[in-house]
Amino acid sequence: MIRLTSVMAVAAACFMPFTAAQAQQLTVYTALESDLLPIYKASFEAANPGITIQWVRDSTGVITAKLLAERDNPRADVVLGTAATSLLMLKSEGMLEPFAPVGVENLDPRFVDQDEPPYWVGTNAWAAALCVNTVEMEKAGVAIPTSWADLIKPEYTGMIVMPNPASSGTGFLDVSSWLQMMGEEEGWAFMDALHKNIATYTHSGSKPCTMAASGEHPIGVSFEFRAVRLLNEGAPLAIVIPSEGIGWDMEASAIIAGTPNLEAAEALLNWSVSDEAMAIYAQNYAILANEALEVQIPDLPADLRSRLIENDFEWAANNRTAILEEWQSRFDGKSEPKN
Amino acid sequence: MVDISSGMDGLAAPPAVRPKSGRDDRIMLAFVIMIGLYLIVALALPLGMMLWKSTEVRSFSFAAVEAEVDTGAGFVALGTLEASAARLGLSDEVAQARRGPSLTAAQMFPRGNFEGEPVVGARLRIVGDMLGGSLEIGGKKFAQDEWAEVDSTGLRRLVIRAGTITSFANFKEYFGNPALTQSITNSFVVSLVTTLITVFLAFGFAYSLHRTCMRFKGFFQTIATVPILVPSLLAGLSLVYLFGNQGLAKGLLFGGSIYGFWGIVLGCVFFTFPHAMLIISTALRISDARLYEAARVLQASPTRTFFTVTLPGARYGLISAAFVVFTLTITEFGVPKVVGGSFNVLALDIYKQVVGQQNFAMGAVVSVILLIPAVFAFAVDRYVTARQVALLSARAVPYSPAPDRLYDISAFFFCCIVTAFLLTILLVSQYASLIKFWPYNTELTLRHFSFQGVDGGGWASYFNSLELSLLVAVIGTAVVFVGAYLVEKGRGFGWARGALQFLAMMPMAIPGMVLGLSYIFFFNNASNPLGFIYGTMTILVVSTITHFYTVSHLTAMTALKAMDREFESVSASLKQPMTRMFSRISMPICSPTLLDIASYFFVNAMTTVSAVVFLYAPGTTLAAVAALNMDDAGQIQGAAAMCMLIFYTNLFARLVHAGLTRALIGSQAWRKR
Amino acid sequence: MAGHYLEIRNVTKRFDKFTALLNVSLDVEEGEFVCFLGPSGCGKTTLLRAIAGLDIQTEGTIHQAGKDISPLPPEERDFGIVFQSYALFPNLTVRRNIAFGLENRKMNRAEIDSRVTELLELVGLPDKGNSYPAQISGGQQQRVALARALAPKPGLILLDEPLSALDAKVRLHLRHELKTLQSQLGVTMIMVTHDQDEALSLADRIVVMNVGVVEQVGTPEDIYDRPATRFVADFIGAMNFIPGAMLRADAVSIGGIELACPANGHADGAKVTVAIRPEDVVIAGDGAALGGNSFDVNVGSVEFLGPFARAQLVNDAFKSSPLVAQVPYTTVRSMGIEAGRTLRISLPQERLRIFDREAAHG
Repeated sequence: MIRLTSVMAVAAACFMPFTAAQAQQLTVYTALESDLLPIYKASFEAANPGITIQWVRDSTGVITAKLLAERDNPRADVVLGTAATSLLMLKSEGMLEPFAPVGVENLDPRFVDQDEPPYWVGTNAWAAALCVNTVEMEKAGVAIPTSWADLIKPEYTGMIVMPNPASSGTGFLDVSSWLQMMGEEEGWAFMDALHKNIATYTHSGSKPCTMAASGEHPIGVSFEFRAVRLLNEGAPLAIVIPSEGIGWDMEASAIIAGTPNLEAAEALLNWSVSDEAMAIYAQNYAILANEALEVQIPDLPADLRSRLIENDFEWAANNRTAILEEWQSRFDGKSEPKN
Repeated sequence: MVDISSGMDGLAAPPAVRPKSGRDDRIMLAFVIMIGLYLIVALALPLGMMLWKSTEVRSFSFAAVEAEVDTGAGFVALGTLEASAARLGLSDEVAQARRGPSLTAAQMFPRGNFEGEPVVGARLRIVGDMLGGSLEIGGKKFAQDEWAEVDSTGLRRLVIRAGTITSFANFKEYFGNPALTQSITNSFVVSLVTTLITVFLAFGFAYSLHRTCMRFKGFFQTIATVPILVPSLLAGLSLVYLFGNQGLAKGLLFGGSIYGFWGIVLGCVFFTFPHAMLIISTALRISDARLYEAARVLQASPTRTFFTVTLPGARYGLISAAFVVFTLTITEFGVPKVVGGSFNVLALDIYKQVVGQQNFAMGAVVSVILLIPAVFAFAVDRYVTARQVALLSARAVPYSPAPDRLYDISAFFFCCIVTAFLLTILLVSQYASLIKFWPYNTELTLRHFSFQGVDGGGWASYFNSLELSLLVAVIGTAVVFVGAYLVEKGRGFGWARGALQFLAMMPMAIPGMVLGLSYIFFFNNASNPLGFIYGTMTILVVSTITHFYTVSHLTAMTALKAMDREFESVSASLKQPMTRMFSRISMPICSPTLLDIASYFFVNAMTTVSAVVFLYAPGTTLAAVAALNMDDAGQIQGAAAMCMLIFYTNLFARLVHAGLTRALIGSQAWRKR
Repeated sequence: MAGHYLEIRNVTKRFDKFTALLNVSLDVEEGEFVCFLGPSGCGKTTLLRAIAGLDIQTEGTIHQAGKDISPLPPEERDFGIVFQSYALFPNLTVRRNIAFGLENRKMNRAEIDSRVTELLELVGLPDKGNSYPAQISGGQQQRVALARALAPKPGLILLDEPLSALDAKVRLHLRHELKTLQSQLGVTMIMVTHDQDEALSLADRIVVMNVGVVEQVGTPEDIYDRPATRFVADFIGAMNFIPGAMLRADAVSIGGIELACPANGHADGAKVTVAIRPEDVVIAGDGAALGGNSFDVNVGSVEFLGPFARAQLVNDAFKSSPLVAQVPYTTVRSMGIEAGRTLRISLPQERLRIFDREAAHG
């Protein structure tokens, strides 16, 4: 019944066109997973009555490009949960407003911008993972890969999907981590070999995992959160953390300089590092900026934190454009649209 | 007998009469100007702006910036960036700006080094014309001759921003990039093959409906229009479910892949089929029975009759259908988006440039290229349609087919196959949206219809779409009908009415995405006083009405043309204001047409992606776009559910339309003889 | 200038390059029934529409009842109009159609109702008030259209080919009714028609038009008996045209035959066209005496037309264009007129019309 009335209320609201919003609206650009948005929104709005969040969600690359394109006429108030490498770029563009949220001192310094006050703060990390469809692997009679190196074996030809790094934050952290782990020359050589096994490059970082889950392409280079989610939905997946170590980035947030809603924006950043928010992140993410509040995620290895590579975000941010250019010139042909 | 004098009196030519405008004339002129302005603002100006922007190129102005670097021994002058480009690793000004619209000192001194030595400090100053660009540190702009100085840690914050120049460099870049130009060939080939297949199927289908005595014609006709009610990308989703790697009928491809050329062709055949079928039906319906009698008298064989009478009689319909299908396919992006794989087409390139890379100028370039075939096809279609109308009015005797068992049964089977194809596509999406976890758990569930935790905005998007469609149906019908009325029934201001007619025909030649992109340029512009509609429901209403303006306008024109030309004269002679004439006579007579137009607007506003995909904002996400975004994120079952929701809504709208039309005609006693 | 109900002065109408009316002037008296007659494209409808204000003239003035209406839009003029297509509003009943022009003008419902009833009686359709236009015949529809035009009691009724869409019998009947109605109401009517019978039988005066100019204005008898131009002579009824040359002010020669003719303005020796209507050719019996202007002809052929016959009469003097005579069939029978016979005929002086030869091709 409640459902029905709320639906009707929404419907009624819809039929009154062009009405101005009552509450203060905060336009938040985000690359967070869309299943999390309603939860975050509810928690924040409950704690800050009078402010409502208006999400603009897209993949990391698109959000970054959009913010850059709107640089002279910004429409976002806050950028929430977007890769630190992207925020570093925005910072150098002078697009961010420095702000130290309440409780920033409780966070791992790696998760906080080095300037004082910081231009951005990270809240939790997300890390690369392989989603492997156990049913399809069995059908095909091939072994489940355990390392990055396994992926270039010929038996996986046409079975692997990975996100396009130009549009997907996950894709970019994969590429940048390979380049950092293997060195530039060897890294590109690895990707050349991998390219032969790739069925398609997707626009979003989640899609390789959903494709693996539905058996469309049995191996998806994705990230741990999506893998856990799909596993819980009943997908026949194995989550593989490649043995060489995994790339990672954090969900970082910042205020867009010049926002007319500065106070509300600060409230959102305060909320994002609050214990309450951390508790919500902990339900889905194993690694938090506030390590003290971390909770073990059952389907992930307990030592996930130690599998993370030493990620040089500054290097990644500085070289993002060049890396993407190189990548596009090598591999763009197999991309799914919207890259 | 004093009164005859032709050309005799009057020494000089009498002064010209300046007709006094009556109240009606002023009202009409006001409306002509209003609707004309609407079309100028919603169509002509944005397109002009887009064409102009396609020649706008970002560029640095290296000669206008002077650099000095400190590697520990104080600042050393490097001269202008132009002079020191090689030492700083800079490419040419346009190429550099293409890589990124801002250039940081960190890029000039990779890893904080200059010629192998660590940089302690660097400074830049403007000494010339920056082409509209600027020099900044952390967002603070520097004036001419003012040094912008940073130490080694601030290299990334010292930024030069590119200005713009006008040139054809964008086009040069486009044609110099084989990955992009490949799309031109791809688009043409896909469109040609789709056109051939669709026109063949549509002709066979329409022929069966109008030239045979097969059974269940009503059923076939109804099913044939189903694709109009769903977003085109539904076809893509169903094809994945049918022929993807886990597809229900994967075996039929014999190891081939649905992703790519054939996926796009099949999907486009699905959604273009009804358009072609309806056009060819019209052509076949009006063919002249007398020609068939003549053929029989001359004892021509059925084959000969087919090739000498049937085909030529329907040739304008066939040509028109072919160009309509071609245009729809070449401007389509929903289907290639879902099943295109790595097979790029022009419409997708626009999307990729605009959404993926936010490279609006290159989007504009591709738009210009896409406009060429679209405008050409439009021109041909208009020419052919005009000829068809002439045929229609000249012919009289309708043809009624005679039963022929073999013939009718073959027609029946042909229609069964086509209908099965259409229904399969629809039902597969329906099935996929109802099962728990494709393909491993086929228990039935409604959970995909909850749209919880998926992209695209879920039910809110659906209600936005509903709102959009209702607004478009109501406002669009009013605007279009009044506009058509003024063009057809207005008096005076011939030039203004001619201009209005021209503007009303234009949208048909403009692909939806091109229109949407032109709106970004025009409305998302700080200096445009109408910019406030950007990001609101209003801009979606405007773009959708404009995108579907022409067909509605033509429908209204046809209805108005069928009305006596002298009604307005009579009404004026009876001293009745034009507004009363309009509300008491023209509107009631055209009311079924008004319903048709409203229904057309509604259905298309529900399904359109192309006209709105660049324009929706967080508060105005739409159902069809949501389906697209869900597919993007891999939530294909959610996407299928959303498409089915749109289908049921449109089906309901169609039923309401049919019911209203019936009730209306029933209540209008004058329509009965 | 004063005194005429409608005064049209030097009216010219151009559509782009095409001139539809050139310098037309015309007066219409109150209560008159005037027909604009001419072939299609002659400008008669254009003139009517200029009077109505539907297509306002490019130059020239139109005064109605002393008021200059030239620049006024139709709704500010005083006229009712009936079209060939009737233009009845299909979604209104006959009563509502007639009442349409009465509403919105300070008349109450009862007044409107009684006026509509009165008009229905007037046009003889008292029981069709609640029918829709599609439910009544064409002739009835045209009567309704007329009633609708008459309803607001305009000073002028304009009729644009009102009878052309009807079949012959209904047309004749309605023509008669229209005439009765007009004289009964005394309303000024202007009717456009291309049908000369209609014009001749209905009009008080006929305005014959051709290629945008007025050729002649006059009563039907004037127009028929004394056509002012060769065009009028040719357009109205049948006419023989024989080339000739003036001998004197009142004598003309056709191929050597001298004929006395009405005095006219042509100079001696001028090349002219001599015109006479077929029914004015007088045929005498063998050797019988005739008036002047008589000469012998051979009968070329005889075409039987019921009560009349049309005989082609040949003479060396006018070889290129045989003379046609219309002869009562009784005469044909009594005199035994047949091909090959020689007859003596007379062309009565007062029935001859002399036209310019050059202008003859206009």
